[in-house]
Amino acid sequence: MTVDELRRTIEEFLAAHDPATTERLEFLRARYDAGLAWVYFPPGHGGLGLSPARQLEVDRAFAAAGAPDNNPEGNGIGLGMAAPTILAYGTDEQKRRFLRPLWTGEEIWCQLFSEPGAGSDLANVSTRAVRDGEDWIVDGQKVWTSGAHLAQFAILLARTDTGVPKHRGMTYFLCDMTDAGVEVRPLRQITGEAEFNEVFLTGVRIPDAQRLGGEGEGWRVANTTLNTERVAIGGRASDRESGIVGVVTETWRAHPDRRTAELHDRLLRLWVDAEVGRITGMRLRQKLAQGRPGPEGAAMKLTFARVAQQLSGLELEILGEEGLRYSDWTMVRPDRVDFNARDAGYRYLRAKGNSIEGGTSEILRNIVAERILGLPPESRADKDRPWNEVAR
Amino acid sequence: MTELDLLYTDIEDDLRNVVRAVLAAHCDPGAVTALYDGDRSLVASLWKSVAVDLGLAGLLIPEDRGGAGASAREAAVVLEELGRFVAPVPFLTSAVVATTLLLGTDGPLLGQLAAGERTAALVTPFSTCAHGTFPTVSLGPDGLTGSITSVAGALEADVLMVPAEGPDGVAVYAVPADRAEITPVISLDMTRQLADITFDAVAGEQVVLHGESAVRRALEAGTALLASEQYGVARWCLDETVGYLKERRQFGRVVGGFQAIKHRLADLYTAVESANAAARYAAATLAADDADATVAAAVAQAFCGDLAVLAGEEAVQLHGGMGMTWEHPAHLYLKRAKADQIAFGTGGAHRSRLAELVDIPGPR
Repeated sequence: MTVDELRRTIEEFLAAHDPATTERLEFLRARYDAGLAWVYFPPGHGGLGLSPARQLEVDRAFAAAGAPDNNPEGNGIGLGMAAPTILAYGTDEQKRRFLRPLWTGEEIWCQLFSEPGAGSDLANVSTRAVRDGEDWIVDGQKVWTSGAHLAQFAILLARTDTGVPKHRGMTYFLCDMTDAGVEVRPLRQITGEAEFNEVFLTGVRIPDAQRLGGEGEGWRVANTTLNTERVAIGGRASDRESGIVGVVTETWRAHPDRRTAELHDRLLRLWVDAEVGRITGMRLRQKLAQGRPGPEGAAMKLTFARVAQQLSGLELEILGEEGLRYSDWTMVRPDRVDFNARDAGYRYLRAKGNSIEGGTSEILRNIVAERILGLPPESRADKDRPWNEVAR
Repeated sequence: MTELDLLYTDIEDDLRNVVRAVLAAHCDPGAVTALYDGDRSLVASLWKSVAVDLGLAGLLIPEDRGGAGASAREAAVVLEELGRFVAPVPFLTSAVVATTLLLGTDGPLLGQLAAGERTAALVTPFSTCAHGTFPTVSLGPDGLTGSITSVAGALEADVLMVPAEGPDGVAVYAVPADRAEITPVISLDMTRQLADITFDAVAGEQVVLHGESAVRRALEAGTALLASEQYGVARWCLDETVGYLKERRQFGRVVGGFQAIKHRLADLYTAVESANAAARYAAATLAADDADATVAAAVAQAFCGDLAVLAGEEAVQLHGGMGMTWEHPAHLYLKRAKADQIAFGTGGAHRSRLAELVDIPGPR
């Protein structure tokens, strides 16, 4: 599809569904059905089978027409992680059931991966799923679950075989968060708010039709999620000065009295790093248009985390006296993570999570070193030993 | 609005393979090292292979003027490979900078450059930033007079492009190299040896009337494309260091398996990949004559210059004692990287430029 054809398709859609008069949800559903949701998805599942590089044109055209968006920040895990994984491993039935309400935001998703004993060592999960006829019964505890209190569904990694080495005994499920056995407890964090949760799973019943991928294939499926997660975090399409760099640069412009040569140089260095990160993300997306995400997203996320942390720290220094204040320590449970909606102190503290969530920077460096550069792996005491025979 | 393509086309991949094969055959690290001891015999034969046999001297010159009619994107690929081999050829100075200066001109010189029959150099210090001031010689009734120091590409050139200050501002004159006094300078990077040049009332042919903007445009092309050379230098350093550390054993294990080392190499890889993207973007905007080309060139230089130096320094450090030896080629790359960091303006100069371009003003 040429640039002109795509533009015409969008124009025709907007002519038939005037954003000013069409009800929001109706508009979003129609956009999905027209294949203009994520244009790189296949026809029938919200897309047109185009390259991911085309998505930015589409989003810009809709934004320019004043169209409602699907609240992408409100369903980041659904859009960034669950959807690509369902697309890659789901049955036709699963894709039809889950992708449309996911994209429109009618169903919010969260991710039940990490556990108290399985964070960086994710393959060590001990939440059990035991077969019971056509269902699975799940018991265990998950942690660091963003948005669990808002989610209708979760992607879940659980152990289905304890007698094989850890990477081989896991299975991937789509879990209904409204099940009576799901208990969500807020976990207050460094910023004062509770964006994360602990999730306790007690006798949760999941139909086998909501298993994603084969039994015991959970690690492979989860890797698709993790790779797309890193790309989603580090390599999203954006304009110059999008995100934190734009916020800090605007702070700089707004405070001529706070400018010093030292702050100026640091800001320019980070501005360049952020801009190079943006261009690197653009190139990564062009590469990915030719195949599935590989470990390259790990490198992007390393850069993103470092630059976001340094920029948010610099912003407090630029603000000086104002940087000593904080908006609000009240414990709230936000319905979306929006760095830019709160003050610089919040951004500084929240950015500390950028090098932990979605794979710590230490683990990501191992991934880059081992899977891209081919350097020797870390020694693993539990390698090739059945999960139930390893001390933990 | 369509994004600029930052990947390599099949044609660019083919071009890279051809250039790499020629350099692998004719640009031995031992012969490159010999440049530091005064043996420049490699330069002329290698430049003939690159310029004439491969026809790369005319890469940026339109087909109707005898060139290949290619764009900055292809020139960038050539520079990546030249950087990877620290090749001592005047491609950047003649086929990019001097050629860009002459692109709008008539006369036979462009065709001669395209054919590789002649080689040109712009007479400005190699450290000149496209947006800063640059020295000129003076134009008197009896010709051009003055001295310009630290000029790159002059030792390989047979025609010099000389910016001269006359009554109507800066114009550029073509002067046969044998009319000037060219003194080689012992250079930090002998693979791109500099020269001091003195003109003593010499005659030249005016080739560009409004010289200032033409010189800046030529230097801007050099700035944008130097980033690809810097990426090539850095890529070699990374690849060579990773390869070495997969073999080298200490304390009974492969050194590249120590996590402290793995993490440094992962960080270096991340930065090298970023440099690749920044350099590709600079080349793509230049090729497309995109409005963002000036910002892209400054961003690429501010990033790739420092990164190539880091890669050179890491290569020396992680090769241990071997990295300090004359015998191992790592030093060739460190010297090239450090000189390239200063070429066409330092990172600081480009950041200052960006401060104006993207409205990040400094303290009053």
